Formats: sequence, C-alpha cells, structure tokens
Amino acid sequence: MCLAIPGKVLSLEGDIARVSINGVICEAGLALAEEIAVDDFVIVHAGFILQKLSSEEAEEELSAIRTAFVDQEEP
Amino acid sequence: MIFVDEYRDPQLVHSLSRQIRAESHRPIRLMEVCGSHTMAIGRFGIRSLLPDHIRLISGPGCPVCVTEIGYIDHACAIAAEPEVIVTTFGDLIRVPGSQSSLEQERARGADIRVVQSSLDALRIARDNPDHKVVFLGIGFETTAPTTAAAIAQAARDNANNVFVLSAHKVMKPAMMALVTGGVDLDGYICPGHVSIVTGAAMYEEIVAECEVGCVISGFEPADILLAILMLVRQAERGEHAVEIAYKRAVTWDGSQPAQRLMDEVFVPRDAVWRGLGNIPESGLGLAPEFNRFDAERAFDVELPVSEEPAGCRCGDVLKGRCEPVDCPLFGEPCTPENPVGACMVSSEGTCAAHYRYQNE
Repeated sequence: MCLAIPGKVLSLEGDIARVSINGVICEAGLALAEEIAVDDFVIVHAGFILQKLSSEEAEEELSAIRTAFVDQEEP
Repeated sequence: MIFVDEYRDPQLVHSLSRQIRAESHRPIRLMEVCGSHTMAIGRFGIRSLLPDHIRLISGPGCPVCVTEIGYIDHACAIAAEPEVIVTTFGDLIRVPGSQSSLEQERARGADIRVVQSSLDALRIARDNPDHKVVFLGIGFETTAPTTAAAIAQAARDNANNVFVLSAHKVMKPAMMALVTGGVDLDGYICPGHVSIVTGAAMYEEIVAECEVGCVISGFEPADILLAILMLVRQAERGEHAVEIAYKRAVTWDGSQPAQRLMDEVFVPRDAVWRGLGNIPESGLGLAPEFNRFDAERAFDVELPVSEEPAGCRCGDVLKGRCEPVDCPLFGEPCTPENPVGACMVSSEGTCAAHYRYQNE
C-alpha cells in the first residue's frame, strides 16, 4: 500500500497536483500538505501528497554520513 | 533519481555496514514496524550487511496483515447487498475471510472495484447516484488522513451515497502493547511515513514507558543502516531515545493538516489486531458528526462467526515470535499465488517478503 519513492510535482490545479513518480504521472490531493509548489519532490501516499522532501536536510544528512564514515576510509 | 540514488550509493552503504560491525558488540533485537521496511530489508539484502548478533524482526506494520478476519467477513457481507459498490485498495481483495474473500464475492457478481485513493470512491459515488458506495478504510496514520479528507469532502458535497467501513488503526498503542506483552526488543526501526504524519514526538511515550530505542527510518538502504547504527549506539551506551534518521521527510511535530483532519473525522476506539488481539484505543471510528457516512451503521448485515485458518501462524509471525518458515503452512500450501494467511497476501507481508527474498 505504501509507496516509498518520491515524486516530482509537475503542475497544480485547485486541490489536485499532477505528480511524476519514476515517469508515471498520477494525480494527488493537496488536502494533507502545506505550501506545495511545482518542481517540489514529494511523498505521495494513497492519492495524496503527504510531505514535501527537504533537499537541505538530505544534503546535510548525506554529507554528515560521508564525512563521518566514508572520507576517513579513503586511501 | 534525486533522493533515491544517493541513498543507494554502494560506498555509503558499505561504510555504514562496516561502522555497524565496528561499533556493535552486544546482541540486540530490533523490530522494523513497517511493511515497506520489511520489503526493503529483503530487497536490499540488509541482513547480509549486519553482524549475526543483530536480529531484525518484522512487526505488525502491514495494514492488510493486521486486519482481523471479521472485517473481511463484514466487507464481503456488505458487498453481497443489492445496489452496493465496494471500493478497496488492491491488497485487500485476495485476503481470505472465514467463508469467502472479496475476490470470490466479485466472481459471484458483487460490484467490487479496486481504487488507488479514497478520492476515487467519491468519484464513483458521484457517477453512480443510485448506488451506495462503500470505501474500505484500512491503514495506519499514513492512510487514515486520506480517508478523513475524503469524508470531509463528502460532507462538504452533501453526498448521501458514500460510506466508510473503518478498520483504521494507530501505531503507538500496538507498539507499546507488543513490549508490555512480553516481546523482547532493544529498539524499534520506526515507520517513516507514519512518522511524517505523527511526527517523532509520538515515540517519546514509547521510549519512556517501554525502555526501547525508537529511530525513524526512510526506505533506502542507507536510511535503514543509519537507523540501525543509531540504535546500536543507543544499545551500546545503555540508553533509549527518539531519533530521526529520515530528516528529509520527518519533523518532530508531524503534519498539522493531516493531524487536524484525523482529529476532526475520527475518534479513538478499541480495535482487534490480527495476531495481537484487542488493543484499547488503537482503532479509529467515525466521530458522531460523521455517523451518516459510517458503513457499520448504514448496513444491517448478518455476519458469520469469524474463524482463523487452521494451522496459520500469522499471529506469531506478527509478534516476532516465529519466523515465516516455522509456520507449517509456509510454502505449502501457503504461497503468494494461493495465500492462506494475510501475511502472505499483502505485497508488504512478512511471509510474502520471506517467500520472495529468502533464496536471494
């Protein structure tokens, strides 16, 4: 039931967004999320956008892991 | 793809795996609560990246698997009524009830339609004003707000032919009941998408009352390994805390619009979880103002006495008491093509994941 892959918002019309998930285009309701804009990456579940993904948090998280564990292993 | 490929980077994944091996010394038992985590752990071979003394146990977070057999019986009975269209997520349609399944009812002529969203049910109701359209509402805090949004919409539209048969559930009481009921755990790998709605704050009570760690994880290999590393560190220090390993999606307070809709449309009530039994305040029924949309009230149907299939150990699997292979039905006769128990039906079910990935 749950779809773990993020989608990208293509357009907004009223309370419905068109979202591309891995190239498949679907409609998603906007009633459960705030401040969604075109080009946002979002989690869609059961026909609704649940959340916008934060690229700042993703960058921070990834660079923290890389700095802590990956870089120190470089020869 | 952005937000996916980076979290599957082999170098990153192997670094996290090595770090877990370096830091983990004592045996621990971790439960992944969410069915999508169970699938991701199987699909990405996460167990092979961990030392043997870290045991991952699958929990009760597949909505189809924990739906009691009586609910399927109820849905089948309603589907057999005249001028009724039942709408459901696809996973539910093959779950065997006591005497029938929705799939079998459909073969007998019942109008049962698979939908992707509760909004599809509203659309079908508008297109079929002479029919009663019943939406089968199952799922946790990820899906319950989507049903709530549809009911709120139906109320605004003054729709008089839309109904919901709610088996919606909330995670916290079940996660607490497992530990207080004797399931031995060091930590929970907490469900990412439930947490988007509830926020991380929900787990504070679990940590305080049950003395287990709670780390929220995303669904990519690096997400899951990072969550495991955080739980390993907590265990090695002898601490329990709420932490987020999925910060790009999860906040401390969660989604306010989703929480508001759930609070408006639903009220907590006791619920029976397949395998776990009755858990107080773990279910969601319709609030009195929305009674007119409640399929439990709208249909007076006769229900059979619910019976679990003989030999099926779904209940023990859902509590982490046994592995799928310990069930006498696993693989023969119970397979994804011909499931006996709910854990084999759902694509997120523990038995289905085990069947699919055990030899990989």
